[in-house]
Amino acid sequence: MLSENAKKEISKEISKFPEKKAALLPALHIAQKEQGWISKETMEEIASIIEIKPIEVMEVVSFYTMFNMNPVGRYHLQVCTNLSCSLLNSRHMLNHLQDKLGIKTGETTKDNKFTLSTVECLGSCGTAPMMQVNDEFHENLTKQKIDTILESLK
Amino acid sequence: MELYLTKNFKTRGSKTLKVYLKNGGYKASKKALKKMKPEEVTEEIKKSGLRGRGGAGFPTGLKWTFMPKGNEKPKYIGCNCDESEPGTFKDRQIIENEPHQLIEGLIIGSYAMGIKACYIYIRGEYTMQAEILQKAVDEAYKENYLGKNIFDSGFNCDIYVHRGAGAYICGEETGLMESVEGKKGQPRKKPPFPAGYGLWGNPTTINNVETFCHVPHIINNGADWFKKIGTEKSAGNTIFGISGHIKKPGTYELPMGYNLKDLIFKIAGGIRNDNKLKAVIPGGSSTKVLPAGMVDVKMDHDSLMQAGSSLGTGAVIVMDNTSCMVRVGIVLSHFYRHESCGQCTNCREGTSWIHQILLGIENGRGKKEDIDLLLDVAGNMEANTICALSDAAAWPIQGLIKHFRGEFEDHIKSGKCTCPESFEI
Ligand SMILES: Cc1cc2nc3c(=O)[nH]c(=O)nc-3n(C[C@H](O)[C@H](O)[C@H](O)COP(=O)(O)O)c2cc1C
Ligand code: SF4
Ligand code: FES
Repeated sequence: MLSENAKKEISKEISKFPEKKAALLPALHIAQKEQGWISKETMEEIASIIEIKPIEVMEVVSFYTMFNMNPVGRYHLQVCTNLSCSLLNSRHMLNHLQDKLGIKTGETTKDNKFTLSTVECLGSCGTAPMMQVNDEFHENLTKQKIDTILESLK
Repeated sequence: MELYLTKNFKTRGSKTLKVYLKNGGYKASKKALKKMKPEEVTEEIKKSGLRGRGGAGFPTGLKWTFMPKGNEKPKYIGCNCDESEPGTFKDRQIIENEPHQLIEGLIIGSYAMGIKACYIYIRGEYTMQAEILQKAVDEAYKENYLGKNIFDSGFNCDIYVHRGAGAYICGEETGLMESVEGKKGQPRKKPPFPAGYGLWGNPTTINNVETFCHVPHIINNGADWFKKIGTEKSAGNTIFGISGHIKKPGTYELPMGYNLKDLIFKIAGGIRNDNKLKAVIPGGSSTKVLPAGMVDVKMDHDSLMQAGSSLGTGAVIVMDNTSCMVRVGIVLSHFYRHESCGQCTNCREGTSWIHQILLGIENGRGKKEDIDLLLDVAGNMEANTICALSDAAAWPIQGLIKHFRGEFEDHIKSGKCTCPESFEI
C-alpha cells in the first residue's frame, strides 16, 4: 500500500496536466522511491488512483528501464558501458565489482545489499567511466574509488 | 571569442535567481513581453538564423511560425532535456549551472507562440538536475517571473518539470509527447506534425534545452549580433562536449564552425598519453565516424555534411590508435538494439541483426560476406521507418566500414581482435 504522503504527492502531479494519465510516470517514480520496486499490487493501486486499466500501467512499467519489476538490492549499482565509458575501460570497473561482490552482472548479493547492472549512457561521458548508485552518479571511477564507495555503503 | 551561454557558470551561486538577476537575467523576457509583439519576437529569432541544438539543426524561428495563431486550442511547449544521445552532456551543464537561462528562454518562447504551458521533459536519471530545475522554477514563481500576469504584462506562463524513466527513444519529439501523456514512448507517424497535433492533440513545439537558452541573448543583443557569430548557415555559439581518449574532456562553448582539429588539440589538450589519434565521432553516437586524416574540418552543419558526417549534438568522441573499430561498432549497435522501440520491422530486426553479426566477427565466427551483409542490413534500415532512430543506428556502422573496412577484414581473417591494446567490452 502506498503511504498517505505518496498519495498526496500523486494528486499534486495529477493537477499539472489536462489529463490524469499523464501523471503515470511521476506516480511510478513516487511509488518506487517509497518501495524500491513496482509490485503488481502497486500497479493496481496506481491504476485505480489515476483511473486507467492496470494493463496500461504494466505496459509503461515494462517499457522504461528505470522501473524495477522485481525487488533489487538496497544499493543498485549500474555501470555505464556505452562508448565513452568503454573507451576508458568501464569493463575493468565492472569486472572489479563482480570480483568484489562475488556476483555477475544482473545478480543481487545474498544479503540483498547490492544489485549489479550495466546501463546505457547517462550523460557523464566527459567524466567517464561512471556508475550510478541508486540515484547518485559517481564519476571518474578508478578501482580504488570503487573500493571507497563500497566501504561507504552501509 | 565571446562567451554568452556559459559566461556565468563559474560565478558563485549562478544557479540562483539572485545571481542570475545580478548578471542581467530576466531583462530579455521583460523586454519581449513589454516592448515587443509576439510576432516580432518570432521574427527576430527567425532573422537570427538560430538552428536547433538537439541534433537535427532545424531553423528555430521557422518552427515557431508553424504554430497556429489564436487560442482556439491550448498550445504547449515540450522542452527536450532527454539528453540521451551517447556522448552528449551539455544540457546537463546548463541546468546544473544556470537553470534560469532556460526558464527565461521558455518564457520568451511561450510569449511568442501564445503557449498555455511548458513541460520540461528531463531524463529520469538526472535526479539531481531535476531537483535543481524544480527549485529554480519555484523561485521564479515566487517572484512572479512565472505564473499569472508576468511583469504586469497580462501574460501568463506555467512551467512543469516532468521526469522521464529511462528510454532513449523519448528524446525523439513524438516519443517525448507520448511519454509526457503517460504512455510508452513510441514515436508517432508523421504527419500530422506536432505544430498541428501534439500534446493531447493540441499544437505543440518541441525544442532542445540549449536552443531555448540562446533566445534571451538574441532578444537582448539582436539578431544581427547573433548572425555575426559562427558561420553563414550555422549561426551563434554552441556547447561542444568532448570525451573519450582526450586529455581535457568536458564542455566548451565555441562558435559554430570551430575547427575540430583545434578543438581536440588546442582546446582539449590533445590525445591521452600522447597517443596517436585514430578516429573521431563528431556529433554523438549517431553521426558517422571520421578517420584521423579528416579532422581538419569545421564543426558546422554544412561542413560536416560535406565530410560525410553530421554535426548532431556537437558531442565529440575521440578514439586513439589502440581503439578497435569492431568493438566500437559492437558497443554502438548494442545501444541501438536495446533502444529500438520495436514498432518498425526494419529497425527492430536490423538493429538486432547488426549487433549479432558484429559479435560473430569479434568472437572468431566472422565470414568474408559479413561486411557486405552489414552494409545491406544498414541500407535497409535507412528508409520506411516511423522515426530516425533506425537511420541513427545505420549511420555509425556505414561510417565505420567506409573508413575502416580493412580492419574489419583483418579481424575476420585472423578470427580475433587485431588491436592488442584495445579497450575491452
Ligand atoms: C532517436 C532520437 C533521439 C533524440 N534524442 C534527443 C534528445 O535527447 N534531446 C534533444 O534535444 N533532441 C533529441 N532528438 C531530436 C528531437 O526529435 C527534436 O528534433 C529536437 O528536440 C528538436 O529541438 P531543436 O529543434 O531545438 O533541436 C532525438 C531524435 C531522435 C530521432
Ligand atoms: S524507427 Fe525504430 S525506434 Fe523509431 S519508431 Fe520505428 S522501431 Fe521505433
Ligand atoms: S558513455 Fe558513459 S556516461 Fe556517456
